[in-house]
Amino acid sequence: MDPGLRLLLLSGLALAAQAAPLRSHAQDAVGAAPATPQVVEPRVKRREVKPANLDTENFEAGAFLGVVGIEDFGSSFSYGARIAYHFTEDLFAEATIGTAEAGRTSYEELSGSAELLTDSERRFTHYDLSVGWNALPGEVFFGGERAMPSAVYFTLGAGSTRFAGDDHFTVALGAGLRLLVNDWLALHLDARNLAFESDLLGDNKLTHNLQFTFGLTAFF
Amino acid sequence: MPCFRLATCLLLGLLAAVPVVAATVVEAVVQDPYLELRTGPGRGFPVTQVVDRGAPVSLLRRRTDWIKVRDASGTEGWTHRSQLERTLTTSGEALVLPGPAPEARAEHRWETALVTGDFDGASMVGASVAYLPAPNLLLRADVSHLLGNYSNGWLGTVGIAHAFMPQWRVSPFVGLGGGVLRIEPKATLVQTEDRTDTTAYAGIGLRGYLTNRFLLQAEYRQYVVFTSRDDNEEIDAWTLGFAYFF
Repeated sequence: MDPGLRLLLLSGLALAAQAAPLRSHAQDAVGAAPATPQVVEPRVKRREVKPANLDTENFEAGAFLGVVGIEDFGSSFSYGARIAYHFTEDLFAEATIGTAEAGRTSYEELSGSAELLTDSERRFTHYDLSVGWNALPGEVFFGGERAMPSAVYFTLGAGSTRFAGDDHFTVALGAGLRLLVNDWLALHLDARNLAFESDLLGDNKLTHNLQFTFGLTAFF
Repeated sequence: MPCFRLATCLLLGLLAAVPVVAATVVEAVVQDPYLELRTGPGRGFPVTQVVDRGAPVSLLRRRTDWIKVRDASGTEGWTHRSQLERTLTTSGEALVLPGPAPEARAEHRWETALVTGDFDGASMVGASVAYLPAPNLLLRADVSHLLGNYSNGWLGTVGIAHAFMPQWRVSPFVGLGGGVLRIEPKATLVQTEDRTDTTAYAGIGLRGYLTNRFLLQAEYRQYVVFTSRDDNEEIDAWTLGFAYFF
């Protein structure tokens, strides 16, 4: 047979083979159209699904007080507020704001009257936005009767510190212990390092300001 | 001093909020073979009690994906939402716990983010909120605090972003927007005035899921600042941040 003719015949066959099942499907569809009438009409109403109105407690807010060591300016009483949102059992975000009144440098003490800063410039206020990780969750036993859920957590964040008449970009690195006294009340013990660059005493240097606080928060 | 006032307001707000906490108890019937009750809201806490199928339970409160449950004998414990998904309310309806399932990557509506980065040499701290009318479209608003060596400032923008493959683990996105830039030069260096200018940006970035609802987001934006001087200013900004969706 002529090769051209053979090719033509073969392609014709292939086309026919592809078309055949299509035609039979079409016939099935037409055959199925007159459906048998249903004896019982189901009269089921779709139930409206209402979400359970549970009390969700992912926010945590409260206050803290303690001491902050302001580099070159001694240690001062510090207090502030924090609010946190718990994403999962492991991760949370936290916004912290705190303030303290800086003391005097050794230079100011020794020289007698030379004041480096005015009173308003001595106010040390900071805020930061952090992400926290409940690294070591567990339970703490108080006496023989009471077990309190606890977590050792680490936080890392960025913020700003207003001190000596200037705003400084601040990196806040912290670690803490959270103890749940009951379902909604928590005790915190926190240690944080507020690190920022300052050129107050001449050279630009990175200052580390360690803050140790005790806090009380409520979940809501 | 404004910080102190803000802190005081926060505290007063908290005190006012605490007595409002009133639990809505939901009654339900266990449908899983058994319900495990843990001593705390986390996977590491020990299971101290098991409630059998068919037993009635009261759902007391919820923290992240954990729900505090009380059984008929009064024993309380925490159970994961996955164990309660097939549980029925006492009227026979399926129990629905609000909020997207942890798998809802491409279905969520609201996102929040905390970012930090570099804005033309100045450090940047910011927070943003995004609304997603479609899985790949983000309407964003952000506020940033800029802290530089010679000046500080604030930046507020609104914009739109398109994520190309929101269902992927890592998804690229592009964005456009505009806003207001306020620059406050440091008085100790030069005697210049504070200035507020409008600005517009074009950005490109990557979003990647760290866990089901937690994203790491990196973005590069080029800002054009429409100054009142002869030339407009062009500024490069790089940010890295965490985003979370509700």
